[in-house]
Amino acid sequence: MKFSNKWLREWVDPPVSTEELAHQLTMAGLEVDAVEPVAAEFSDVVVAEVEDVQPHPDADKLRVCRVNAGQAETLSIVCGAANVAAGLKVPCAIVGARLPGGLKIKKAKLRGVESSGMLCSEQELGLAETAAGLMILPDTAPVGKNIRDYLHLDDVSIELGLTPNRGDCLSIAGIAREVAVLNRLAAAPPPGAAIPAMHDTRLDVNLEAADACPRYVGRVIRAVNVQATTPVWMQERLRRSGLRSLGPVVDVTNYILLELGQPMHAFDLAKLSGAIHVRYAHSGESLSLLDGKEIELTPDSLVIADEKMPLALAGIMGGSESAVGDTTRDIFLESAFFDPMAIAGRARRFGLHTDSSHRFERGVSAELQRAAIERATALLVEVAGGQPGPVTEVTEIASMPLRKPVSLRHAQITRVLGGEIPVQEVEDILTRLGMAVESNSQGWSVIPPAFRFDIDREPDLIEEVGRIHGYDQLPSSRPTGQLEMGSCSELLLDRRRLEQALIFRGYQEAITYSFVDPERQQAIEPEKAAVALLNPLASDLGVMRTSLWTGLLKIAQYNLHRQQGRIKIFEYGLNFVLQDTEIVQESAIGGVLGGTRFPEQWGSAEQTIDFFDAKADVEALLALSGETGNFAFTPETHPALHPGQCARIFRDGQPMGWVGRLHPRLERELDLPQALYLFQLELSGLMATEVPKFAELSRFPSIRRDIAVIVKEDVVAAEVLFCAKNAASELLDKVELFDVYTGEGIDSGRKSLALGLTLQDVSRTLTDTDVDNVLSQILAALKNQFGATLRE
Amino acid sequence: MHKKLKKLVDEAIQSIGVEHDLAGLDQLRVHYLGKKGQLTQQMKSLGTLPAEERPKAGQAINKAKQAVQDALNTRKAALDSAALESALASETVDVTLPGRGEPSGGLHPVTRTRERIEDLFVQMGFEIAEGPEIETDWHNFEALNIPESHPARAMHDTFYINEKHLLRTHTSPVQIRVMLEQQPPLRVIAPGRVYRCDSDLTHTPMFHQVEGLLVDEQASFADLKGVLDDFLHQFFEREDLAVRFRPSYFPFTEPSAEVDIQCVMCGGDGCRVCSHTGWLEVLGCGMVHPRVFEHVNIDTEKYTGFAFGMGIERLAMLRYGVNDLRLFFENDLRFLKQFR
Repeated sequence: MKFSNKWLREWVDPPVSTEELAHQLTMAGLEVDAVEPVAAEFSDVVVAEVEDVQPHPDADKLRVCRVNAGQAETLSIVCGAANVAAGLKVPCAIVGARLPGGLKIKKAKLRGVESSGMLCSEQELGLAETAAGLMILPDTAPVGKNIRDYLHLDDVSIELGLTPNRGDCLSIAGIAREVAVLNRLAAAPPPGAAIPAMHDTRLDVNLEAADACPRYVGRVIRAVNVQATTPVWMQERLRRSGLRSLGPVVDVTNYILLELGQPMHAFDLAKLSGAIHVRYAHSGESLSLLDGKEIELTPDSLVIADEKMPLALAGIMGGSESAVGDTTRDIFLESAFFDPMAIAGRARRFGLHTDSSHRFERGVSAELQRAAIERATALLVEVAGGQPGPVTEVTEIASMPLRKPVSLRHAQITRVLGGEIPVQEVEDILTRLGMAVESNSQGWSVIPPAFRFDIDREPDLIEEVGRIHGYDQLPSSRPTGQLEMGSCSELLLDRRRLEQALIFRGYQEAITYSFVDPERQQAIEPEKAAVALLNPLASDLGVMRTSLWTGLLKIAQYNLHRQQGRIKIFEYGLNFVLQDTEIVQESAIGGVLGGTRFPEQWGSAEQTIDFFDAKADVEALLALSGETGNFAFTPETHPALHPGQCARIFRDGQPMGWVGRLHPRLERELDLPQALYLFQLELSGLMATEVPKFAELSRFPSIRRDIAVIVKEDVVAAEVLFCAKNAASELLDKVELFDVYTGEGIDSGRKSLALGLTLQDVSRTLTDTDVDNVLSQILAALKNQFGATLRE
Repeated sequence: MHKKLKKLVDEAIQSIGVEHDLAGLDQLRVHYLGKKGQLTQQMKSLGTLPAEERPKAGQAINKAKQAVQDALNTRKAALDSAALESALASETVDVTLPGRGEPSGGLHPVTRTRERIEDLFVQMGFEIAEGPEIETDWHNFEALNIPESHPARAMHDTFYINEKHLLRTHTSPVQIRVMLEQQPPLRVIAPGRVYRCDSDLTHTPMFHQVEGLLVDEQASFADLKGVLDDFLHQFFEREDLAVRFRPSYFPFTEPSAEVDIQCVMCGGDGCRVCSHTGWLEVLGCGMVHPRVFEHVNIDTEKYTGFAFGMGIERLAMLRYGVNDLRLFFENDLRFLKQFR
């Protein structure tokens, strides 16, 4: 809601500056979004009359005008506007004037002809964004009068960002009411004196959906001059509220909308057939709207219809066929009350949002309709002539909104606000707000005024009391409560430890959109069904991610294409997968890495990140769960990964993640200059941890023996280590694989694995015999399972 | 003999004095003091002297041996120290060269801010709760007193999955989930991703919020003011930061308020960031609406509660001076690396 400060002050004029007024409004919950001057800065522009217009001797598009600007002498002014004509009153910047933007008007010669001033358009005065020609002032404008004074331009527009509960403030009358309460003043009473009928033409009105429209007020006005010009004062007020002048009838209904908050509609009487029916649409009916849109009406669309067909979408927008046009003579004015529930949501469904629907959805007082139509009649007759007929008012009392009393307990105000507000102040606040207040043993019974649709429970009244008392005046305290200790389980991994582990390994965290490009994702995870959005912002943000890799690859690509060659990025978040019809949302942590193993640095040869760097980072995460032994990396294939460098990760036999190199095919598709490695772990598989359990430290020396065994090339290292560990007695403390060798001395198709064995006992020093026993246990088992031989 | 001894000592001391390495020095030791060394031999020749001369001669020889030994010791110490000096000199490195290895990375500024907010509230006994990002219409709207036709729905620009499911437009549905699962007293914050169908200079279709909820027998608006006052002062680490509460409207709270802080960029004088108002809106909050309590079966006569919600990006931008919201989701490493 945007309005002129001067207009408001005609209704209520508190002794405060505009700045203070804006602060008051904001602190009362009517947030001021902007306070802007209604015109740009300019000076010495006056009302002038063009007395004569002659062609310019040397320029086709210029005219030489004789202008009376109220000065001692008439002025000769060269003008380029197409609409300049003798007899017009226009704004004239006289010599010495300053226009918006700092232009200074001086005596000048234009193509050899002297010009002592400038005739102005609305645009040149900063009153409009664009203008087609000179600003035409009414004939009654007094020549010589300063235009700022004439148009009252020393004014500001105040723009409120109103919350949906305050529909009552979508008018000057409503804001004035609120300002009056805040300043303990009385606002001017809304105008609405009855205008007598000059004939007896009337339309019958039938309320056939009384719950949705229990009150309808209509009036026929004959012989309206739709060509009349709306007076400048009205145009200016509309303009200062952000509305353009569109002809006298629309201007008057818009003016009432702004002034009183009652949306009205005018029909061309000649286009109506018989009585008015307010009813729900029949299925199959359609309507062409004023904005040119053709809509199919649904049975819950409330319409204004005549005997033949729907004329308007009630409370939202009129139809084009019954609209007031250039040839209209007689009109039928509508001022109705529509229940918010009958309008709410309907406009949005048809993709509409109008000043009218905006107000009806939030609630227009059911007691405003008659005053509004009288006020509109008076203004219309003043602006465009016309002969009003009698007012037709139809009300279904039984369906009118009930104004139920709401009970308010004094103790509850104190309890909710946390501070006591004296009884007298509570009563004063509520009364000033227009509520009917009746006290009882615990507090009050309160009936809110008809214009308030947001008060039907006790907290609504408590808010009103707190709001007018002032939130800043309420106390501030610290909550008290039982000090109960929360849990801090050692059996669940803290997400932050995962983040920290990766950060210390050089990773940056990223946050990418959860919705991704369906095609890109299809290439990465063709087997998973993604959850699609019904209304995506763009087609490449059309589905929810099934893998963190979709987003991570996109940003890896983004950074690689911006000279960032070394990538180590991780993300934490949900993946969304459609399993049959169920949407599964699962937390995961994933990463992408590539480039050099370390940042460029002196004294070490540059090496490139490979599979085992990625795996080491994964292992660092797995280690946090405290039981690395139960994890396994198994060679499997994944559509996004290189088939020879891809491992699926299992915990206790359950799959929980992947690590591998990005498939070279995707590498090419993404136009990546280098190999990338990816990993992703499902959090559900990672979060369970074990409490560390102490094992006795041996005080006896350990013995290390290294052996090399030759196995077939396709034997995987993990199985060899597993076999060795299982075969040995508990004297074997650990086995480490420290070399893999193929080449000279080893038959082709075979490889040598070098194992480092550490043996130790907690109760004695081991003997050579002990060690030899363990070695032969291991060698026997390896021979048995893999045909392994000892490399001599 | 005396003369010979002196000559021997002089000769030894001179040789020792010019010897330059430890091996040579040891050879000299053997040459003079070894089992068959020159001075040792002198000792052996004592037997040839008359008995009365022997003690004096013995003393003289011992003195000579001592003199040579002292010379050897001195020279050895000098050579050791020179060797160490030279080793140290040759091992000297340019300590201004950079260290090697992997420098650590960092959290995304949104996570960093989120964790800071979590830490502050956890200190007050709030627990952290999470909820699904694909929500039901009921949890996201209905239970929060935003029925289908409510004008507030238009402000939410919702992404829909199907008739019943949507991407949550705020973290408030987590309130509902917590209240359905747990009994008061409750102190919970719920951080997470939220989604709105809107994208321009100051809006991204995904962003982050932290929702807070406290339900107890005596939770009041004054307590809400106190908690948020404390939070904002601690978050910005500014004791003198002005904070104001303005009446506002949310369907799920009544009374409702928006919270402004004095602009941290201009100190309240007015600048581009605060649209020349001197104030920045950072939070929405209010007392839990009884209709919300009714949806989750909490006795509105016994309990009161307050809830609040804030945008993490907004707070991160103000805290770190980030001037463009979209940077958070471009994930340019040059941007991310500024937050270590």
